[in-house]
Order: sequence, then C-alpha cells, then structure tokens
Amino acid sequence: MSIAAAPAAAAILPGRGGIGGALSDAFWRSPKLLLFLMLTPPLLWLGVIYLGSLFALLLQSFFSIDEFSGLVVREFTLKTYGELLRPSNLDIIVRTVTMAGLVTIASAIIAFPIAYFAARYARGRWKAVFYLGVMLPLWSSYLVKVYAWKLILAKEGILTWVFEKLHLTFLIDGWLALPVVGGNSLSVSPTGTFLVFVYVWLPFMILPVQAALERVPGNLLEASADLGASPSQTFRNVLLPLALPGVIAGSIFTFSLTLGDYIIPQIVGTSHLFIGMAVYAHQGTAGNIPLAAAFTVVPVVIMGIYLWLAKRAGAFNAL
Amino acid sequence: MRSDKQNSTPMGLKIAAGIGLAFLHLPILLIFLYAFTTEEKSYQFPPPGLTLKWFAVTWNRPDVWEALGLSVRVASISTVIALTLGTLCAAAISQTKFFGREAISLLVILPIALPGIITGISLRSAFNLAEIPFSFWTIVLGHATFCVVVVYNNAVARFRRMSGSLIEASMDLGADGFQTFRHVILPNIGTALLAGGMLAFALSFDEVIVTTFTAGQQATLPIWMLEELVRPRQRPVTNVVAMVVVLVTFLPILAAYHLTRDGDQISGQGK
Amino acid sequence: MPYAVSFQQVSRHFGSVRAVDAVDLEIEPGEFFAMLGPSGSGKTTCLRLIAGFEQPTSGHIEIFGETAEGVPPYRRNVNTVFQDYALFPHLNVADNVAYGLMIRGVGKAERTREAEAALEMVKLPGYGARKPGQLSGGQRQRVALARALVNKPKVLLLDEPLGALDLKLREQMQEELKVLQKALGITFVFVTHDQGEALSMADRIAVFNDGRIMQTGTPEEIYRRPKTRFVADFVGSSNVLSPQLTEKLAGVAEWSSLRPEDIRLVTDGGHEATVTGTSFLGSATRLTLDVAGEKINVLLPSGTRVPAQGEGVRFSWNSDALHLMGAKA
Repeated sequence: MSIAAAPAAAAILPGRGGIGGALSDAFWRSPKLLLFLMLTPPLLWLGVIYLGSLFALLLQSFFSIDEFSGLVVREFTLKTYGELLRPSNLDIIVRTVTMAGLVTIASAIIAFPIAYFAARYARGRWKAVFYLGVMLPLWSSYLVKVYAWKLILAKEGILTWVFEKLHLTFLIDGWLALPVVGGNSLSVSPTGTFLVFVYVWLPFMILPVQAALERVPGNLLEASADLGASPSQTFRNVLLPLALPGVIAGSIFTFSLTLGDYIIPQIVGTSHLFIGMAVYAHQGTAGNIPLAAAFTVVPVVIMGIYLWLAKRAGAFNAL
Repeated sequence: MRSDKQNSTPMGLKIAAGIGLAFLHLPILLIFLYAFTTEEKSYQFPPPGLTLKWFAVTWNRPDVWEALGLSVRVASISTVIALTLGTLCAAAISQTKFFGREAISLLVILPIALPGIITGISLRSAFNLAEIPFSFWTIVLGHATFCVVVVYNNAVARFRRMSGSLIEASMDLGADGFQTFRHVILPNIGTALLAGGMLAFALSFDEVIVTTFTAGQQATLPIWMLEELVRPRQRPVTNVVAMVVVLVTFLPILAAYHLTRDGDQISGQGK
Repeated sequence: MPYAVSFQQVSRHFGSVRAVDAVDLEIEPGEFFAMLGPSGSGKTTCLRLIAGFEQPTSGHIEIFGETAEGVPPYRRNVNTVFQDYALFPHLNVADNVAYGLMIRGVGKAERTREAEAALEMVKLPGYGARKPGQLSGGQRQRVALARALVNKPKVLLLDEPLGALDLKLREQMQEELKVLQKALGITFVFVTHDQGEALSMADRIAVFNDGRIMQTGTPEEIYRRPKTRFVADFVGSSNVLSPQLTEKLAGVAEWSSLRPEDIRLVTDGGHEATVTGTSFLGSATRLTLDVAGEKINVLLPSGTRVPAQGEGVRFSWNSDALHLMGAKA
C-alpha cells in the first residue's frame, strides 16, 4: 500500500503561485473583497441604472407641463398629482382597479381546482403533465395568447360559431346588450378584456396556490375528517385558510400585471382607457411625461399597500 | 401515506381541473389551425379551407426575418448579461451572510414585480434625460434588467440545495478559490444556469411591453406582431408567425424543465 | 519533535459568543486524539481551526511546528472527513477520491492507481465507477475517508464521522479506524459527542464544555479520575456526590464521583439507602437509590437479586472507587 509510507511532506504547503494563486489567497484572506467584486456589477446595473431610472421617473411626476408651450417645467409642484384627481382620470383609475380585482377573483376561482388536483391527486407522470400544462401557457408568448383571443372573440370567430351550433346565440346577444359589460361584439366589450386578462394571468395564480397546497400535510385533512368534519367543512375550515397565502401570492401577480397592462385593453376592448394606456398615451403622443409619471405612481402605491397587506398575511412564504 | 378515500379523486374536481387545463391550452391550439386557413380578410371559423401557402409567403417576407433576427440577437445578448449578473448575485446572496441581503433579493425581483410599463417608461425617460439615442443596446439594457431574476432564481435554488460543505471539502483537498469554482461549483450549478439562461432567452424573445419603450425604429418580433394586431396588413402571415413563435418558445421551456428536473436528482446527494 | 497540533491560548469568538475560549492544546504526532463534548461546546470549532475553515480571534496555532493562522485550508497538509461526508455529487467515486491528487497535478494514470489503492484500503475495491448517490451511508463514509487519506495528510480530521451510521456499522468502523490509524501512523483528530466512542478509540481525550477544555487525559484517566463534575457526569454518567454527602459517606467535604458499576449491595455494614427505581438494561439492572435526599445510580450485574422499589438496602464500594474532585469542582 503506497499510502502506508510515512508522511514526510511539510505540514504547510507553498501557494500555487501566479496571478490565480495570489488572487485566490487575497479573496480567502478578505472575503469582503470577493463579495464586493461579486455584487458590484449587479448592483451597478440594478441599483444604479434601474433604480436610478425609477427615481428619475418619480421625480418627474413632481414637475408639471406648461399648458401653452407644452414644455416640461422643472419645478417642484403637486399640480400634476392634482390632475390625477380630475373625474376623467379618476375614472381610469377606478376602472383599472375594479378590473384588476375582478380578474384576481376569477383567476383564484378557476385556479383552485387545477392547483388542488395537481397538488393532491396527480402523481408521477400526471404530476409532470400538470406542471408542464401550467408552465407552457405561462411561458408561451404573451402576444400570441392575446392574438388567440382576438381570433376566438371575433364576431365571425369560434365562440359565435359554437353558440350558433348550440342555438344559444341569444345568450351572447343578451349579454352584449347589457350596459357596462356589453358592447358591439365580444372583442370590443369589457367582457372580452376581462376574459383575456383572466386567461393570460391564470398560470401566475395556479403555481403559488399549488405550492401552498402541496405544503398542507395529507394527514391534516384526515385529522379533520376524523374529527367529524364533512368534506365541505374541511375545505372551508382547513384547506382554504392554508391555501390562502398561496392565493394572495398569486393575486400579487394577477393584480399587478392587470394594473400595468396596456396592450390587452388596446387590442381586445372598448375605447375606455386603463392606467397603462393612459401612461402610454401621455408619454407618447401628448408628451406629458409628468402626468404619465404620476399615473405610474398609482399602481406602485396600490401594489405597495397590497404587498404590505400580503406580507402581513404571510403570503411571501408561498412564492 | 394516503387513505383509500383520497386516492379516488372526486369527479367534480377532475372535471373542473380538466376544464381549467383545456381553457389554458385550446386558445393556443387554435393558433395552429388558423395558420392553415385560406381566409385572408377575417377570422372566420371554421376556416373555409386549408392551405400551406402562407408558410411560403411568410418565408419570403424580409420584414419577418429582420424582426426575428433582431429578437434572437437581443435575446442572446440579454441572456449572457443576465447569466453573468444573476449568477454573481445568487452566489453572493447564498454563499455569504451580510447586511442588506434581503434588500438585494428584492431589488432583483423588482423589475418583474413592478408592471412592465413602469420599467419601460422609466428607462425611456432616463434615456431621454441622458440623451442616449435608441438603439439595439437600449433594447438589450431593458431586457437584461428583467431577465436577471429568472437566472437568479434558478441559481439560488441550486445553491441552496448544494451541500455547503462541498466548497469546504474542495478547499480542504487543496483547491483554491478558482479551482473550487471550476471543479466543484460550476459543475454543480451548471444545469441550473443553463435552465435559467433558456428561460431568460424565452422571456426576452417574447417581451413586448418594455420593448415598446426602449426600441426606436427597430422592430423585434413581438413589436412586429403588435403592429400587425393593431393595424392588420396580412392576417395569415401573422397567424403563421404566431404559430412559429409558440413552437420556438416551447423548446427552451421543455429543455429547462428537463434540466432542472434531472438537477433535482443530481444534487442533494451530499448526505 | 514538535507537536502535531498545538494551540496556545486560542480563542474564536462569533460576535459575543465565545465558541472557543483561551484553549491550550497539544496533540502528539501519531496520536489518535478525541475531542469530546456536548454540541456547542467548541469541539467542532477547534477542528475547523485546525483545518483552516475558521481563523482564531486571538492566540497561536501550530501544525508540526509551523504557524497555521492566516494559512488557507488549501495550503494545509491536513485533510478532513466531513460529518455529512461532502462527497462531490457530480463526480464518481474514483474521481472523488482522486480529487486532491488532480488538484495537485498528479498524472491521470498515477491518480487512478492511487485512488484504487485507497479504495482497497477502505474495503471498497472496484467501486470507482459508481456515483456517490448509489452508495449506502457506510460506503460513503469509507469513500470520504479514502478521499482524505489518499493525500497522505500530516493530520486527519474527523468530524463526527460515525454519527449517521447505525450501531452495528458504527462499532465495525470504530475498529477499522483504529487499525488504519495504527497502520498509517497519521495523527487522527476525532470529534465526537459519544463518550463511549471516545473512550474506546482514542489514545487521549480532551473534554470540552462551553468553549473550554475541562480535562485532557487518557481514557482511563478521564473515566477514573474526572477533574470536574461536568467530566464525571458527561463521561460515563458517573454519580456526582455533593460535599455534604461525601462528608457523610467518606468524611471529606469535597465533591466526589462514584461510578455506578463500582457500587455493590451488602447485607451488613456500608450505608443505608432506599430504592426509588429500577430499570432493566439487558446485561445489568440499574437501581436508583435515595441516599440522604440525593440520587445515586447503581449497576447490578445480571443474576443478582433485584430489590423492589421502596425497599431499604445497604450499599458499599471499594475504597479507591470514590474519586474526590475538590471543594469547588
């Protein structure tokens, strides 16, 4: 056995030498130097460029625009925020927040059975099918998904065709005749906008709910049943409270994404503006950057409040 | 582990879950059908006839190729930047403890946690303020910013599963920092980085909201599609492009899934 | 000949926590040295100080006479068998074992040969192509051992290496480690919280508590002549008698220890006690006696009559079995 030969080498070996060895030793001696070098590039990028841009935008919301020249006046004022409170602008905010709320609720309702099934019943191959079944739509092209719904909701499209075959066309017509939710056709009605929003953000709700449900131990449900709870009581008193953090985590996505979107209502929907569209319009053609900036502060503030509430409900553990 | 009662899935739940999955997938499948329709002027269903003609038409459209080329270049470079920044950040966060770790992980998530329009408009106004003209690189800058998080998430998850004593074991056996990185850290996080990179590529390839603010006259493929959606010129070409985009984004996602799944089996063997 | 490892007033503080507090320690070359203590007593930190994963807050460390503080782990000719083995999951067993040689630039052919020899030494010949995930806990432990020994370290550090193994395997490995250490002549430093393991394997033991060494000595010394109440209690759960009781029983007002197996029941003479509990241990029966309000454990060899609970008994011990530890142990 070659190993049995008595060790004669030194207890402390010389360094590897060279630049690599010297750098290695330096990093070992002061790990803070290494940490500093590792964090500098991402912090420069995200902390300086990105956060800097965000702050610059925030700053501009405190400027105002000269009504005659159309130029930005670089003086501190709350005038632009005052403009947000105009009835037409308030309308936009209320419409967007209502839509975000409805979309979130609908997503949670549709997501729950899928997440529940995937978390508790799907095993092996089916588990993978469900996982990919959620991941693929989540990652597939946002625009393609919106486009698919333009095809579906078009007057000459598949939905009308299906209702026709079932002799249920009167249902669509009746719904479209309703005030507020109705319109000329589904693709230019708030109902259409709502459907697309739900569709596009649904996977963002399913995944966190599933993660939360997977953490519920199976024997907890058995214990509840053991203690005489009916399935619906178990659902209400055990499952729902435990899944709630997941629902809240998912709602952060659905809510935030709806608040900031400007493409879906532009392609499927009425001419009524949403916050995102207002921002886009004000910064673009109107050139009113201060008002656009003030508008972007609205979803940030709403999300800030929302996140704060969600954090208190313990939602971040399910992310 | 489970009682028999639970093994039999309730019928209602099965149906609800099935309908939910169908709701997620049928619209995407519909795109595939429309790529073959003979109808040019409307979205008529069922299609009056099927044809392969539009694939040829699309193939010969230089604007589609240009947009595709730009998208691929933007996504590639954004992915490389995101890989670098995301890995550095993940390594720093998971291998050391320091004040402000929480703040940094929040900072990484911020670009996708905030609505895309905010990221877009703030970058745009920052470019304006700094008098940077719009270019290929302004698009890349925006994309890399929100792609960092997917690489970061994948890498942090893998670092977390990697037994902490592996690095010590390597150093104990005589490997210095660089040798340890090359022989132990990189092989162990490699698949996670690859998966993160692929997801970053898919994310960038598909992005439209931030891009509308950071692109000048250049059109990425999503921007091209958006224009077609707002002002349709030749609907069947859009149909074909949509189908190709679906297929192209599925590949990296499936690959990433397989990479991280195998990764789960590889790591966690420390004990 | 310098010591294999020597600590001079070494401290390692983490914030306000004194993990290692002014420790003096000398380990002889070729010695099988155990560091014994409860978790959090500083024994593992001491091991990490030798390996180089930790640096002393103050004090001086020498390995074979060379200053070790400030020297990174990869420059110390010291290798470690980790508690969780820390085998590289992406490398097969042979590459794991050959890792240290590869880093040092040993050629492929020689590396393979040495790795196979090391695997043979730990009784895993032909396992080179497997992945660590395909091995049992005991096999991984052997691979970790081979991976460290193949580098012919001056000191081998073992961090609770047998903790994760079941009883039978553990006893077998204890035996093998002892044989291996004697054959190789390498200094082994072994961390454990299992006093039985330390007593049966080590040439010398250092008993740790609260970041300090309570006592260093041969297993016999530690077992027979504990210097403090902590050592007496931790090593072999000896009876620790208060000065009051010791004065009553032996006429000296000092703390003392009395091993349960050294006590025997007698029919006359000796001292009075009441049986408060009995438990059957297999090879023996443990009696709990109440003596003037203090509890004393007695081990009765199997075959002797076991008195009932509540029964009055008389007990005695060999004159040298009662070990005095001073008034302030």
